[in-house]
Amino acid sequence: MVQFNLPKNSKILKGKYFKDKTGSSNLKVVHVYRWDPTKNENPREDTFEVDLNSCGNKVLDILNKIKNEIDSTLTFRRSCAHGVCGSCAMNVDGINTLSCMKSHKDIKGDLRIFPLPHLKVVKDLVADLSTLYKQYESIEPWLKFKKSTSKKNEISQSKENREKLDGLYECIMCACCSTSCPSYWWNGESYLGPAVLLQAYRWISDSRDEEKKERLKMVADKLKLYRCHTIMNCTSSCPKGLNPAKAIGSIKKMLATS
Amino acid sequence: MIDSNNPLSPHLQIYRWQISSLLSIAHRISGVINLLALSLIFFWLILLSLGESNYELFLLIINSFFGKFILIGFTWSMSFHLLSGLRHLFWDLGYGFEIKTANISGIVVIVSSLIMTIIFWLLARGFI
Repeated sequence: MVQFNLPKNSKILKGKYFKDKTGSSNLKVVHVYRWDPTKNENPREDTFEVDLNSCGNKVLDILNKIKNEIDSTLTFRRSCAHGVCGSCAMNVDGINTLSCMKSHKDIKGDLRIFPLPHLKVVKDLVADLSTLYKQYESIEPWLKFKKSTSKKNEISQSKENREKLDGLYECIMCACCSTSCPSYWWNGESYLGPAVLLQAYRWISDSRDEEKKERLKMVADKLKLYRCHTIMNCTSSCPKGLNPAKAIGSIKKMLATS
Repeated sequence: MIDSNNPLSPHLQIYRWQISSLLSIAHRISGVINLLALSLIFFWLILLSLGESNYELFLLIINSFFGKFILIGFTWSMSFHLLSGLRHLFWDLGYGFEIKTANISGIVVIVSSLIMTIIFWLLARGFI
C-alpha cells in the first residue's frame, strides 16, 4: 500500500540554528536535513547562516564550508566535485541534482538540502542505495555473447552503431532520476526505475551484444518496466541532461513492435 | 547498518512539482472523475425509465447552480483526459520526450481542454 506520509520515526523536527559569526552582510540561509544514527532521535532540519563572500558558487561549496567552518559533524558524500562521479547527488531546492553542478546563485531565498528522496537514511545527507545497485546488477550490465560463438578478435562497431549509445553511456548512476520518480517511491522494490532502465536500454542498444532478445524479455514485466507512467521527473532532474523517460519509452516501443 | 529504525528520507513533502508530474496525477484523477460522470449518465437513464416525475427531479438537480457546476466539471474532466491520453499516445509512438516539448504539450493540453469545454457548452446551448 502506498504511504504518502512519512513514518513516525522519519518526521522532521526543528533543529539547531547556527548564527553567522563572521559579521558578513552577504549571507545565505541554508537548511540541511540531519539525522544521527547514534542517537535515538527523529531527523531534524538544521539552519546555517553561510557567508557567501568567502564561498564558491556551487551548493557543494556551501556544504564543504559548513563542514570545515561551522559544524564538522555534517555528513555527505562527495568525491570528484565536477559532475563525473555522481557521489554528491541530493535534493537541492526540491529537485534532485548533483550539488557540485548546481549553482546556489540560481536559488532565490533560503536554500533547502535533503538526502535523495524515499530512501533509508544512513546519516545526514547520505542515503542507502543498495536496492538500486542490486537492481542494476540484475540487468547484467556487461557485453554478453552466445556460448557457441568464440571471440578471438576485438569486436568492431560501426560509427553509426556507436552513435546509438550516445545519451546512454554518459549516465553516471547518481540515482537522481530514480529517486525523483513517484512510481519508484511507491514500488521501488519491484519497479526497476529510470536509472536502471536507461542502463538496460544501453545494453539492448549495443550492436555488439548478442542477447538483445533475452534482455528485452527480462525487462518486459508489468512491475519492472510498465510502472513507468511517463511522469518525466527523471528527465527533468538528470544533472547530465540525459533522457531516461525516452529510453524507457524506447524499450516499450521495441517490445510493442517486436 | 540499515534497519527498519533508519528514517525514510522525505519525498512527496519536499519534491518540487513539475508541469509533467502535475499533469500525470491530473490524468489519473480525471480518469476516476470520468467514471463518476459515466455513473451519472446511467443514473440519468435509470430515472428516465422510471417515469416523468423522477425525470423532473433529475432536471431540477441538474439545472441548479451546483448541478451545472458538476456538469461543466465533468465536461472539462472528459476533455482533459481525452487530450492528455492523446499526449500519452504520442509518447507511446516515441515522440515528445524532450523536456521542452513535454512542457509545451502539457500546456497545450490544459489550454485546449478549457477551450474544448467552452466550445462544447456553446454548442450544447445553441450559441454556435
